[in-house]
Amino acid sequence: MHREPLPPRACAFTRREVLGQAVAGLTLPWFGSGQAGAQATAPLTRRIPSSGEALPVVGLGSWITFNVGGDEAARAACVEVVRAFFAEGGRMIDSSPMYGSSQPTIGFALAQIGRPAALFSAEKVWVGDGARGPAQMEASRAYWGVSRFDLMQVHNLLAWQEHLPRLFDMKAAGRLRYVGITTSEGRRHAEIEHVMRSQPIDFVQLSYNLLDREAEQRLLPLAQQRGIAVIVNRPFREGALLRQLARHRLPGWAAEIDCEHWAQVALKFVVSHPAVTCAIPATSQVAHLRQNMAAARGPLPDAALRSRMARDVAAL
Amino acid sequence: MSEGWTDWLSYRPSDFLMFSPRIYWRLFESLNLAFWPLQAGIVLAGLAWLGWVWRDGGTPGRSAARSALSALALGWALTGWAFLWHRLAPIHWLAGYIAPLFLLQAAALLALAVHGAVQGHHDRLRRVAGLALLLWALLLHPLLAGLSGRPWTQAEFGGLAADPTVIATLGLLLLLRGPRGPMRALWALPLAWCMLSAATLWTMGSAQGWVPCAVLLLAGLAARRGRHAAFAEGGPRGHGRAW
Repeated sequence: MHREPLPPRACAFTRREVLGQAVAGLTLPWFGSGQAGAQATAPLTRRIPSSGEALPVVGLGSWITFNVGGDEAARAACVEVVRAFFAEGGRMIDSSPMYGSSQPTIGFALAQIGRPAALFSAEKVWVGDGARGPAQMEASRAYWGVSRFDLMQVHNLLAWQEHLPRLFDMKAAGRLRYVGITTSEGRRHAEIEHVMRSQPIDFVQLSYNLLDREAEQRLLPLAQQRGIAVIVNRPFREGALLRQLARHRLPGWAAEIDCEHWAQVALKFVVSHPAVTCAIPATSQVAHLRQNMAAARGPLPDAALRSRMARDVAAL
Repeated sequence: MSEGWTDWLSYRPSDFLMFSPRIYWRLFESLNLAFWPLQAGIVLAGLAWLGWVWRDGGTPGRSAARSALSALALGWALTGWAFLWHRLAPIHWLAGYIAPLFLLQAAALLALAVHGAVQGHHDRLRRVAGLALLLWALLLHPLLAGLSGRPWTQAEFGGLAADPTVIATLGLLLLLRGPRGPMRALWALPLAWCMLSAATLWTMGSAQGWVPCAVLLLAGLAARRGRHAAFAEGGPRGHGRAW
């Protein structure tokens, strides 16, 4: 099965377009209920190539941060993070059965804040036996408390040959909206490329950040060519990148793209790549969530500045 | 090398750490709240047992050995159920597989206490190492939380938390000798847990990772020394081949 490449217009993401979207966002209704920190402008969005649906360029991951088990205080903190996420105009929340108690935590948070209609639910199937996939997906759906997932991805390509045909059937039957695959930390890129070339997937999820840029070589251009949306995980290298950068002052160019924190620099670098649809940083703190969401507003770096950002950060 | 192998070799311990240190340490707070004041009873009972052994010259007799094995069996069962299954497993899927092994270890300890012929080990160095590990598990390990800057409510007590339970077990096994097969089998899970715990704590960035490493080293050296001493004295005495 092959998908015709979409016309460049659907995939490209120029600075002019970004600024245009930011201005257009001023006319959109406010998200949330006017909490302190809520923004007057909607976040920048990018379109899913296979449907044209717009998604904010910053989503919310749940690896580690939402795995809080029965810790009620930590779970309450996660509720506030999810509440702030939607108040800031966020949509995509991503999780996996591999993430411990993250799924029930997300479900609890969504129930607490009234199940926002803006939610774009991104889940994964993670089981080596394809026959057990439906039961796992149903368990995940029950945890989230949603009628169906927007996106179901094959986690780390585990048994993708068995899972993908079922996911395509579910999509055709209206039980899913999008199908995707994931990898992380640069693993199995050759196989990811094979799936991207041979399967009509809507999304691919991979690791990409200021220091880990292998995806720029083949996968990101291929996603553009094939009209596949790209979700970027580990934009901060699980926080290690930010801990490393925190020892240094922000460079002068950060002000050019309205960045006040290294997290915004890292996210703007990621989401300014024309192939990237959204990044999914994870956090358990509302203040960090707001910093992350601020990266979905204001100007993004152009190609020249992106090169300089990568060069300068690599030299630190 | 196939892509599958290179894929696995690319994983680091941090890739398997799926919870934050804050959430991990708070598990012990939850555990302590749920079982207080059992912790005080555990410490007092442990000290009473050590006093009993001290009075007998530092070598546990058969009754002391069997009572300690029974108490540790209870501790392994409680740790497996209350800590691993109910608290750790929700945030770490691997714990769900380890919890039944803790129950098996509890059953094996109990079986040895009821049916096995166990008595104090004759090697002095091994006994000293065993008593040191027991004292650490009972009195010093619970202090690590406060000394590390964490709340005292997150203290880890033997019989409830895995690390001190495992350390106490290794200490007791050093103190005892008995049927070689069952005694050897009882070492396996504590040693494996020490390695897993060290990897977890190091990956979390906790200096406490030194503790299971040091315990592994001490217990390993003392057990090896004890075996050599036994053979130097003409072989193990008692019931067949003791270990």
